[in-house]
Amino acid sequence: MLALAQWLEHTSVSQEIQKALWLIPLLQTIHIIAIAMALSSVLMIELRILGFGKSLTMTQTSARHAPWLWTGLTLLAVTGLALIIGEPGRALPNPAFQIKMLLLAFTLAVAGVFQASLRRRTAFWEGRSLGRGLTGVFAIIVFFLWCAIAIAGRWIAYVHTT
Amino acid sequence: MQSVIEFLNWLEASRLAEFIRESEWAFPAAESVHVIALALVIGTISIVDLRLLGLASTNRVYSELAEQVLPWTWGAFVLAAISGTLMFISQPWTYLDNAAFRIKFALIFLAGVNMLVFQLITIGEASVWDRNAAAPLAGKIAATLSLVFWIAIVFFGRRVGFTTIPL
Repeated sequence: MLALAQWLEHTSVSQEIQKALWLIPLLQTIHIIAIAMALSSVLMIELRILGFGKSLTMTQTSARHAPWLWTGLTLLAVTGLALIIGEPGRALPNPAFQIKMLLLAFTLAVAGVFQASLRRRTAFWEGRSLGRGLTGVFAIIVFFLWCAIAIAGRWIAYVHTT
Repeated sequence: MQSVIEFLNWLEASRLAEFIRESEWAFPAAESVHVIALALVIGTISIVDLRLLGLASTNRVYSELAEQVLPWTWGAFVLAAISGTLMFISQPWTYLDNAAFRIKFALIFLAGVNMLVFQLITIGEASVWDRNAAAPLAGKIAATLSLVFWIAIVFFGRRVGFTTIPL
């Protein structure tokens, strides 16, 4: 049994699991899962603006996916904060991180304005011409803004502050 | 086997691989696309899995939801595969040597088997439960396995970046 344990301990799977307990990759994994929650929720909402999935109204689509967006963002903030605390020098002075935060603030404001507009001007967002012209362009730009935040985040690992 | 080794050596020596290794931005760019793509794979597949489990979108017809969402999952998967291949060819032997990388691909294989079993066997009687709030037990098991596999795939994928030696 002892021999088995020793053998198991030295297998690549075991070595991997031993190393896997490290906190930073774990936090980054949760961070990525939260990106999946947020980005896919955004995708579903933007696609509905573009006219996909019309079996749900715009309000129903938002009610289904917006809570997952906000949950994902909360999880991102918590894990992101922990990652910053863990390696403050890596993020805070990093231009990629700073650009990420500016993009985040702007995109959050856009999302807030959209949610408020959907509530106040429901008829417009439920209208038949939704997705044509400016609203379609708006949906595509907003989706890529969220992508840009994730991209800026990945770039933190590559931009070095001197 | 010999031809596989030769092919990987040829890939590693290709001009594209050399470019990815030497460029300042090519690898992080591929990685950025990979993160966005995998986030969309996992996020969209979770929408379907949660529907099978009866935890979200329960008021929607299953087949209609799957038809709307899964093409985006596949599109994102193709994007993840292309960007992943670009990263892989920059140093194929380093990745093949990496335990986290191997575990990740074993898990992707299992996720694929799980999906095939679900699509080919379980879904056979989908019309029976299409409008029910949740799928029968076999569907719930497939959905749970899918969520577990994909979360583990992200974890080991992230581990690859921590365990390979940067150039």
